[in-house]
Amino acid sequence: MTSPRSFWSQIALLALIILVCVFPFYWMVTTSLKTQIVALEAPPVWVFEPTLDNYREALFEDDVLRTLINSIVIAICTTALALLLGVPAAFALARFEFRGKKDLWFWFITNRMVSPIVLALPFFLIARNLGLLDKHITLILIYLTFNLPIVIWIVTDQFRGIPYDLDEAARLEGASQFTIMRKICLPLAMPGVAVSAIFSFIFSWNELMFGLILTRNEAKTAPAMAVSFMEGYNLPYGKIMATSTLIVIPVLIFALIASKQLVRGLTMGAVK
Amino acid sequence: MRGQVPRRTIFAFIGPAVLGLAMVGIAPLLYAVWTSLHFYNLTKLKRVEFIGADNYLTVLTDEVFWQAMGRTFFLLGTALPLQIALGLGIALVLHQPGLTLVKTLARLSLVLPMATTYAVVGLLGQVMFNQKFGVVNQLLGGVDVNWIGDPNNAFAMIIFWDVWQWTPFVALVLLAGLTMVPGEVEEAARLETKSTWTILRYVQLPFLLPGLVAVLILRTADTLKLFDMVFTLTRGGPGSSTEFISLMIQRVGFRGFDQGLASAQAIILLIITIVLAQIYIRVFHKEV
Repeated sequence: MTSPRSFWSQIALLALIILVCVFPFYWMVTTSLKTQIVALEAPPVWVFEPTLDNYREALFEDDVLRTLINSIVIAICTTALALLLGVPAAFALARFEFRGKKDLWFWFITNRMVSPIVLALPFFLIARNLGLLDKHITLILIYLTFNLPIVIWIVTDQFRGIPYDLDEAARLEGASQFTIMRKICLPLAMPGVAVSAIFSFIFSWNELMFGLILTRNEAKTAPAMAVSFMEGYNLPYGKIMATSTLIVIPVLIFALIASKQLVRGLTMGAVK
Repeated sequence: MRGQVPRRTIFAFIGPAVLGLAMVGIAPLLYAVWTSLHFYNLTKLKRVEFIGADNYLTVLTDEVFWQAMGRTFFLLGTALPLQIALGLGIALVLHQPGLTLVKTLARLSLVLPMATTYAVVGLLGQVMFNQKFGVVNQLLGGVDVNWIGDPNNAFAMIIFWDVWQWTPFVALVLLAGLTMVPGEVEEAARLETKSTWTILRYVQLPFLLPGLVAVLILRTADTLKLFDMVFTLTRGGPGSSTEFISLMIQRVGFRGFDQGLASAQAIILLIITIVLAQIYIRVFHKEV
């Protein structure tokens, strides 16, 4: 059907798309394997002897390992909390009729749209007054502002897809709404729950501004750590790229796992 | 009857989430309103005093604030059309039949930019766009362009990274729209005309509209939120050439220590966001 010319131009276009998407990652990883002397060569070199020194130095001498662990702990805790609060709320939104349901939706949408700086200012003052600066729990709670809406959004959508007959049958046997949710709907909604958990993890893991403003040392997150290498005149580019690689690899893996649902999640279900 | 559940049950299910979100989403906003009505400087905390709407009056007449706002919408106005044009092109290429394996590979590559930590995008920008040892100048044929230190070039660089990171998102949203077009309809149209443009305009566009509206809403919101990537790449500089609205508020509040004024700016930004969201959602519900 397609002519050979359009076949080759199609291949060329696709190769270009892949190249543009992937090249910055290639450059990030190769730079992370360069010594400072090689990294500062002008023009940049493409062939060199790779070394893992930047990783060793970043992880064990500069505390990047500790900030990565902070990031993991914070992302997992905030995700668990978002699921704990969000899944029952999603069940109610999908299954019950009540007044104010529409307003609740609108509130969730605007939460997704509000700039974090609007919340960062009061959070900083409140955390300072309560002695909660530089504590894991502060970020865990604050990240709920974007994780909770996304969990509720995706899981509600999933619950709606489960036939209501199943609920009805269980109710005739005397099951409570809570039992219906836990024993019947939740197992069937697991794909949605998993995807929303991945999203919540990615968003928390990627966040920089709150981490920058609300942590100093103890609870410092990995992105905030990477940025702190940018101080000073002679920047350690290899080490910065090694830290970046360590930060980015887990999210890329998660994103590839959830790639089919990524668009739907990012548009909060506006696009199926 | 479906949905007839006692109030107590409803509250037990939804109450914790509403309370949680109110605690982290609404209480701080009220505190920000309180701060915005006071003289509140982090270096002069003994002198916190009520000054009414003074901070708001300052913001409304503050050129710097409205310049940052204008700059933010200028970024949206330049990056978004690029993202839509390129995204549509990519979606159309991916929508063509054949070459399944390469296309799967392309689709997976598209996922990578939009999942990347914004701060890392900024750091990558620092490395790749460096004037002396950056790979961008090398790939452009050994030119000697100062990207980070020149106001216009820095702005172009921000546009580049915004387009790099979010064109894939637009492409995948539009691709989802294209696959919604019923196969028979598209085939019938192809028998009628050879023009890609005609098919795009009359057959595919109606299916793309919901996605385009979603893209418009989300990109507007994300541009008003834009902070991490620009902060790591240029810190708003050189001068104030890439100081977008969220960066400006952060500077006033945390580097200028004027929490009162920054809170007033934040509240005004919040009002603008809510008005935009209202307008968009009205339009959105009409379109879909």
